[in-house]
Amino acid sequence: MKQRIPITKMKSYARNKSIALTDTSMESTASLNKFLINLADVFLFIGRVFRNTFSRGFEFKEFLKQCFQIGNKSLGLISVTGLIIGLVLTIQSRPVLVNFGAVNMLPSMVAISLIREMGPVITALICAGKIGSSMGAELGSMRVTEQIEAMEVSSTNPIKFLIVPRVVAATVMIPLLVLYADALGILGSWAGANIKGDVNFVLFITQAFGKVVFMDFIPAFIKTFFFGFVISMVGCYKGFNAGRGTESVGIAANSAVVMASLLVILVDLFAVQITDLLL
Amino acid sequence: MSTENKNTEAVIDIKDLKISFGGNEVLKGVSLQLNKEENLVVLGKSGTGKSVLIKCIVRLLKADSGTIEVLGDEVNGAKREELEETRKKIGFLFQSGALYDSMTVKENLEFPLRRIKKDLSEEEISQKVNEVLENVGLPDAIDKMPSELSGGMRKRISLARTIIVDPAIMLYDEPTTGLDPVTSNEISMLINDIQEKYKTASIIITHDIECVRTVADRIIMLKEGEVYKEGSLAEFESDSDPYISSFFKSQSLKNQK
Repeated sequence: MKQRIPITKMKSYARNKSIALTDTSMESTASLNKFLINLADVFLFIGRVFRNTFSRGFEFKEFLKQCFQIGNKSLGLISVTGLIIGLVLTIQSRPVLVNFGAVNMLPSMVAISLIREMGPVITALICAGKIGSSMGAELGSMRVTEQIEAMEVSSTNPIKFLIVPRVVAATVMIPLLVLYADALGILGSWAGANIKGDVNFVLFITQAFGKVVFMDFIPAFIKTFFFGFVISMVGCYKGFNAGRGTESVGIAANSAVVMASLLVILVDLFAVQITDLLL
Repeated sequence: MSTENKNTEAVIDIKDLKISFGGNEVLKGVSLQLNKEENLVVLGKSGTGKSVLIKCIVRLLKADSGTIEVLGDEVNGAKREELEETRKKIGFLFQSGALYDSMTVKENLEFPLRRIKKDLSEEEISQKVNEVLENVGLPDAIDKMPSELSGGMRKRISLARTIIVDPAIMLYDEPTTGLDPVTSNEISMLINDIQEKYKTASIIITHDIECVRTVADRIIMLKEGEVYKEGSLAEFESDSDPYISSFFKSQSLKNQK
């Protein structure tokens, strides 16, 4: 009978191989092996998370707690960021539009760029830093101090209790944070427009949304769910699979932020391409 | 305590257990039995596979080959549901205590209880929490966070969290490591108290000889992933083998000068 080799074993085998080999071509083969094994490990982890999300016994209390942690506790940071982005976009764009005599286009231009791109991406990057690192560090320290193992021996599936609520909460809360950031961005833009002029709020909002169509909003909103999913999944994966020792906690948090930020940009690229092809 | 008075019915039966990590063979065919209501000490230097052995018993690590029977149920090849049922009968005290940092002592104690004994009422849960805290001598710690506790208190609370579900078997991973001699002795005495009160069978992983002297009914010594010697405390203390006597001989190099 063919024996199934656990992924942890394959990982340690690949690690040993890459240390032992000296020949360059063999080294690159070992690196490729290691990369493929790690990739398989990521997909297995995602598979486990999906299986546990849709199986019986969703941890609703833990989900609400995570919603509070991700949503409510990020509000301050997202408020400041949203306001400033709107303000800066307006201040930067105004002189160019004045040159073309198109200053009345300013509100709608800022609104479209905020809704389609700036709001989602900047919020996701801020969340990658804040939420990704906190998930990586928290789960990493739980791994290092054997809390995850303690959970397992208490007949509690750690994927179901720790990972699923975090991933679902981030996938739900990050789109809401993006909407909030967009709203505050437009408010910031109005403030910016009033620095060198006197614009009525109702007029500003009317002009801002005058050019925004439904299809500006929907694809941008859909991609924010993927941002939330990617950020939380990376944070949880890095933390859950942290190595031994306190150093691993820092590594898990750091690599979670780097990988999540990169993936946010890549997801954005794919989302823009797909939207462009479909519309 | 003497081995003669104990029941010889095996609650854990391990046969030819092998596990390796990346070509490094950690356990090379370990076989052992844990009898009912017995304190079995597994002794050995660091890196001989003691912790790996007990992690295999609850399948936190999966052995490459061999069988592990816990109360008649095979663990190594068990399905997830079967494994969870077996795990409910085992208490595991981790070396670091492994208290959940984000929860209070009360929530830490309630966590396994709510998940393993789902039919208990709120009143019964509260009663059980107070009872185990009383048993480990820390009734006032109920609302504290783990970060507010000392090393010895953390160990006691971890022990309380482990015994709260009335396990038939206890596995202790270096219970006295990192503690001062007085607290170590208190923890060792607590292990004996728990064994007497809850009638548990225990495997205690340690290299603390004072702890061995206090708790051991029987000792198994591991060396390089294999069972090196098995016997009673008296047999180990009178053994002239240099490897064994190096553990039991109290040394004071400074006074020998």
